[in-house]
Amino acid sequence: MSFSGPAEIKVALAGPPNVGKSTVFNLLTGLHQHVGNWAGKTVERKEGTFPYGRTSFRVIDLPGTYSLTAASPEELIAREFIIRERPDLVVAVLNAALLEHGLYLVAELLSLRIPVVIGLNMMDVARKEGLAIEPGVLSAALGLPVVPMEASSRGGIKELVKAIAAAAEGGRIPEPQRPVIREDHRLVLDRTGRLLEGTDLEPYPRDWVALKILEGDEDISRKVAAAVPPGRWEEILALLKRHDDALVAVASGRYAWIERMTRAALVRPQTGPISLTHRLDRWLTHPFWGLLAFAAVMAAVFSLTYALGIPLQGFLEKSVIQGLQGLVGGWTASSPWWIRGALVEGILGGVGTLLTFLPILILFFGFTALLEDVGYLARSAFVMDRFMHAMRLHGKSCLPLIISFGCNVPGVLGTRIIESTRARLLTMFLIPLIPCTGRMAVIAFLAPLFFREQAALVAIGLILLALGLLFATGMIGGRLFFRQDAAPFIMELPLYHVPHPRTICDLVRRRSIELVRKAVVVILPVSLAVWALSRFPEGRVESSYLAGFSRALEPAGTLMGFDWRLMVALFAGFIAKENSLAALAVLFGAGEGVALGDLIVSAYPPAVGLAFMASQLLFIPCAATVAAFKQESRSWRLTLFNVAYLFILSAAVGIAVYQASRRIL
Amino acid sequence: MTPRAAGPMTLAQLSSGRRAVVAGLDGGRRLLARMVSLGFVPGVEVVMVQNPGRGALIVQIREARVALGRGEAHRILIAPARLPA
Repeated sequence: MSFSGPAEIKVALAGPPNVGKSTVFNLLTGLHQHVGNWAGKTVERKEGTFPYGRTSFRVIDLPGTYSLTAASPEELIAREFIIRERPDLVVAVLNAALLEHGLYLVAELLSLRIPVVIGLNMMDVARKEGLAIEPGVLSAALGLPVVPMEASSRGGIKELVKAIAAAAEGGRIPEPQRPVIREDHRLVLDRTGRLLEGTDLEPYPRDWVALKILEGDEDISRKVAAAVPPGRWEEILALLKRHDDALVAVASGRYAWIERMTRAALVRPQTGPISLTHRLDRWLTHPFWGLLAFAAVMAAVFSLTYALGIPLQGFLEKSVIQGLQGLVGGWTASSPWWIRGALVEGILGGVGTLLTFLPILILFFGFTALLEDVGYLARSAFVMDRFMHAMRLHGKSCLPLIISFGCNVPGVLGTRIIESTRARLLTMFLIPLIPCTGRMAVIAFLAPLFFREQAALVAIGLILLALGLLFATGMIGGRLFFRQDAAPFIMELPLYHVPHPRTICDLVRRRSIELVRKAVVVILPVSLAVWALSRFPEGRVESSYLAGFSRALEPAGTLMGFDWRLMVALFAGFIAKENSLAALAVLFGAGEGVALGDLIVSAYPPAVGLAFMASQLLFIPCAATVAAFKQESRSWRLTLFNVAYLFILSAAVGIAVYQASRRIL
Repeated sequence: MTPRAAGPMTLAQLSSGRRAVVAGLDGGRRLLARMVSLGFVPGVEVVMVQNPGRGALIVQIREARVALGRGEAHRILIAPARLPA
């Protein structure tokens, strides 16, 4: 019995990917949201509230899933939430243009005996595809409330709220039409159900458990095998052995139900539609033109990002960070050197400089979010699939790798979209080989100094070198890791549609916040520590612990043509890659009147410059990436192995480049 | 239709623009679960949108477009499509 006041109603938001579920969630909850992770998982959990009348509605956004089998962590999370936390109702957000597709999830929800309200989103897209849908007829057939929506222009959101409130408060929803298993398997289902009688399966409903056993659900099968009396599980297995196509029979039953439900409500166009998607895909997924289009799209994204972002970064660094440094330096002029240094060089120089790269990242994330939202990113995964196969990965691994060109940290976090754990780990392992904006900033500074007109050529050559090593690492790693392809490649290609600024802004905001949080939580202490190492005990770089360490490594450095200053610069990149430049500036005492560039060119021959650029490109990832790697891989061993691998690779390439180029240059 | 070699045809052999009906599925449980949730069940009609002969391919199934690897397409058995009445 409950004694709480006006109850809080718990609403779960379910739906397949690419149906605008996030937009619906944002419209429902506005700014009252909380983003976290599902307990013990790296899948994002969003929760929010909205009031209606005197009741407060708590909305939990479930991960996007096509079904509720335990084939992926997302599916497991969604169904465990519904079963264990018993929300008062589930809102299923569907894409009206892919109605039958979405109803598969509804079929699964109904077998959990939970009240369902359908938000039929993207009605506009369905109309453009030539589909005629009658929500009222569909609602009558299903026995469920169906709300037509166009969430991208806020259409239908009020009606959805009303339907949610009515379903929650009105209490009784008429018994919906539920799918049944294909006729030839009804008997097996009954017998499986009877074999489960008398076993405590809480909190799982028994007929649902029987259905999942028939589907061969690994998670449920394991749980039942542990719960039933001895011998019973063997009986069930013997029964199933004679019906090994039960999974297909269950699914066929659901599609037969979908067919019945939509027969009157959905009218397809008479002629096969030559839709926008169809016309665009003829080019964009073509084996040859599609590849060319991909190259052109990426080139456009990068040149726009850098053309707009680099001047902004320079402005922030010169006016904001250096201005702040002057200001703070003035305030602390009379305090001990280490307080002043920690503030000016450690915090502002480290974290502050990193934050000046935020505009570049926001631009890059903005462009990739735009590509994702219009539906192109899935095509790029398809086009790149054959190259990824050489590494025994598939197209989906391409997406986090693209993001990593902006910054490796969101790239590592972005590997979550890959279903197979091993493929995810291998992709993560490859990410630090993608040159991020920080490393490209170092090259953009050094290449023109040493190579003048050929600077662009050198920079492109270095990027290709990194990508070639990525490919080689992936080929070897793939063969060591997997006997065959890591995960099945089967993915939906969403319909192209006009971008929604809200969705894009939301994505950019989330990725940027993630990064800033990382910068403050991880990079702040690390950059202070590295700063301290580079100054203590005497307050001078030349006599610091870092210099001592680098001097000890100098014999190895000479193989690459490096003196101790370049070694310090290389290690300083561990705070943030672009810190290498800051370290050099400190070591050379560059300041007013003396440009760092001139000092560097007069100190080193081009061969050393080239070797330095190559090894800093491949050097151990920055602290933030290492932290993200550990968090996502949940393995210190793999994290440290990755760091060691890059350390050795970077040294080997540095030596090879120096030894080869000093004979040529 | 010209008689063809014995043995069932798979989705990987269907050329671009052709229709067929799914006749059966084969594969591990995870792959099967993924296939059925995207709409591949016996009896459903599929249209090959793009099959370049090697590498991944695209099919239209109901209203959805699904990209799948050649290996996965080999696990889907097909039969000739019913002729329109």
